[in-house]
Amino acid sequence: MIALVRRAAPSQGWTYAAPILAVFLTMIVGAALFAALGQDPVVTIRTIFYDPLFSEFAWFYRPQLLVKGAPLVLIAIGLSFGFRAGVWNIGAEGQYIIGALAGAAVGLALYPMENRLIFPLMVLAGALGGWAWAMIPAVLRVRFGTNEILVSLMLVYVAEQLLASMALGAMRNPEGMGFPGSRNLAQYPSAANLELIAGSGMHWGVVAAFIAVIFAYIMLTRHVFGFQVRLAGLAPRAAAFSGVSPGGLILVCMGISGALAGLAGLFEVAGPAGQVSIDFNVGYGFTAIIVAFLGRLHPVGILLAGGLMALTYIGGEIAQSQLGLPAAAIQLLQGMLLFFLLAVDVLTHYRVRFGKGAEA
Amino acid sequence: MTNTLLALNGLTKAYPGVVANDDVSFAIKEGEIHALLGENGAGKSTLVKTIYGLVKPDRGEMTLKGAAFTPADPRAARASGIGMVFQHFSLFDAMTVAENIALGMEAPPPQREIARQVREVSEKYGLPLDPLRIVGDLSAGERQRVEIIRCLLQDPKLLIMDEPTSVLTPQEVEVLFQTLRKLSAEGTAILYISHKLEEIRALCDQATILRLGAVVGECDPKVTSAREMAEMMVGAKLQVPQRSDRAVGRGLLQLDNLSAPAPHQFGTPLREIRLTARIGEITGIGGVAGNGQDELVAALSGEMRVAAGMIKLADQPIGNLPPNARRKLGLSVAPEERNGHAAAGEMSLIENALLTGRVPKSLASRGFLRWGRVKDFAQAIVADFDVRTPSVESAAASLSGGNLQKFVVGREILQEPKVLVVNQPTWGVDAAAAAAIRQALLDLAAKGAAVVVISQDLDELMEISDQFCALNAGQLSAPRPAAGLTVDEIGLMLGGAQSDAVRADA
Repeated sequence: MIALVRRAAPSQGWTYAAPILAVFLTMIVGAALFAALGQDPVVTIRTIFYDPLFSEFAWFYRPQLLVKGAPLVLIAIGLSFGFRAGVWNIGAEGQYIIGALAGAAVGLALYPMENRLIFPLMVLAGALGGWAWAMIPAVLRVRFGTNEILVSLMLVYVAEQLLASMALGAMRNPEGMGFPGSRNLAQYPSAANLELIAGSGMHWGVVAAFIAVIFAYIMLTRHVFGFQVRLAGLAPRAAAFSGVSPGGLILVCMGISGALAGLAGLFEVAGPAGQVSIDFNVGYGFTAIIVAFLGRLHPVGILLAGGLMALTYIGGEIAQSQLGLPAAAIQLLQGMLLFFLLAVDVLTHYRVRFGKGAEA
Repeated sequence: MTNTLLALNGLTKAYPGVVANDDVSFAIKEGEIHALLGENGAGKSTLVKTIYGLVKPDRGEMTLKGAAFTPADPRAARASGIGMVFQHFSLFDAMTVAENIALGMEAPPPQREIARQVREVSEKYGLPLDPLRIVGDLSAGERQRVEIIRCLLQDPKLLIMDEPTSVLTPQEVEVLFQTLRKLSAEGTAILYISHKLEEIRALCDQATILRLGAVVGECDPKVTSAREMAEMMVGAKLQVPQRSDRAVGRGLLQLDNLSAPAPHQFGTPLREIRLTARIGEITGIGGVAGNGQDELVAALSGEMRVAAGMIKLADQPIGNLPPNARRKLGLSVAPEERNGHAAAGEMSLIENALLTGRVPKSLASRGFLRWGRVKDFAQAIVADFDVRTPSVESAAASLSGGNLQKFVVGREILQEPKVLVVNQPTWGVDAAAAAAIRQALLDLAAKGAAVVVISQDLDELMEISDQFCALNAGQLSAPRPAAGLTVDEIGLMLGGAQSDAVRADA
């Protein structure tokens, strides 16, 4: 007999060991999966997890790690506040798109004027766009008690339609010979989010991600707001008694996550992506949910988890081009990571007993 | 009537880190009302669960009418003639009484037959109950009757009752006692678990006292004083709270026709509550749980906002203010539910000190927490109120109920409130901690605060309050001086707050 016995307090050791074990299990099951697809499992795993960092072409891939990791970390940090407080924003992908659209709209409207205030203005517009998109589910929840999970998720699809309409209509490049997609902002100096150090991958989005990590860490450990977020997550009635307004907390948490997702979108559209296009979004907003949980909703954990997820993105692309692995296999790998993390998490809260002692 | 029904011999049950029952032996005779006395954690529950087949003992044996008795599960125990009425009822609100009773049966007869049996038993034992009513509409006392009748339908030889009177008014208690005496006269033995000593003295023939899992004494409660039994329970001399003479001053907290709709489906609306709590005075509010206590506390704490003028603190209207604004003005509240409402179980005592202390104790500046001061505050509470904990870093949930309650009450008192409202300050708290908490409330009043104590424990209210009123269906009776109130008068107030209020109107 196997029985689960609830621990008096969550295990400190397992809190940290669970994500590592989850990564390990994902690698094993992933390898078995790749073997079933007819690939050499060892080579595949090495291609995904090792080559981007240490192969002879690592100089090319390492900067990519920052480029892919920054939006993940930025969005995940925003989500972590809400997730801690029990506010479930699943629609970061939509907020990311709207942030990019709002920011790009400012840049495109001012083209070809050159002014050093243009980029800061775009950053502001991007954050506001994401914030406003997140306010829709937040206000509906507070005013009418709707489920923010469903509303925020559905708004992702609305945002995707809006993106397509913009790329084909209002924001299409007038000099683009009829092709869908906007002007390339990366080639518009006042609006471009270029690498700060050439060849490093370090752009303003990466800087913002690191600032967000530090900001979140200080908030959670030193500030009343962080305390209220944790309290609301652990004991909602105690939070209300302590003076936390439940509605206010929802608005603020949704607002933060929306604004950060919007920022991530803006930095992406003005930098690595360069233009508003139909296939602009690649699922950062959803992957960031995995990053947030893999990082234990802790800022430093999210930083590490964001790096790991970026690794699977890059390694996955290498595996696709070099080994011909289907793209879906990589998404499966990312999904498995969250699956195993949640499964292994049981060990944090429960002790496993075998044999006769299991009955007690 | 002198034959031994159930004999326990050397029952021992250990859990990791604690011996719940240690070599427990005693016997229950047929038709006897036998009290099982002990503080929280003395091992009463484990013992009863052993008899009811929910727990298997590590050592020792039981005999029922001379034959070995080892129930594998509650069903086997019931088949042997053991019935149990739990402290927390297991009834479905949306179903009728008869349907609920049918759910507990192996092969239920048709509803009509059950209804007939319920009527028969309820008439026979003087427990009025309509089998076709929906349980959600019943009072706590009536729900208890459902549980009792459910047991009686199985014609038990031994009926176990766990803290049966904690939810009853004095009149309901009297009805229950008559039923139990009748059962006893017919030969049914009753194992009566309680820590209310006066009840045990009034009802029981024999008492077994447990402390730390072991039997520490047996006595005849009819000839033993409550104080002696309490000291056996606690294992030490009891401190009786000392009242010092206090001057009662002007009114500090005023409730002026405080009314509020029920906050949720099973809540109670508050109806035109009028009350003045004065400096140096303890106001006791009695009443059975579910009569608006939680709603009244929520209205006072600021979790539920009402019209500004309905609540006045030193003549300032505060009914529409949020919790922290009220704390700043000197109104502190300690809700009933320690774990999850008054405190967050998974958080440390330091963080829990911050929970209400942030504004009054200036534990944050410009939004940034001053953890050093928070820790000092938590340590002051632990030291001043004798909270037993390894450290202030410990999670609140790791403390015993009594210790966490001392922490919660201490946290509010150390904020030096002008008015303190506490709900069920000693519910589920051991006798020594309860005495300490009551003393702290008396001391706070003596220092010039107005104290409002909401409690179901009438002995407690009579011990410490200066004025007494009762909450019934969301209405508060007109307050009366506590000194000189008789049990009958209190019972009438608890049951008839409405007529009192009408009279006060006239």
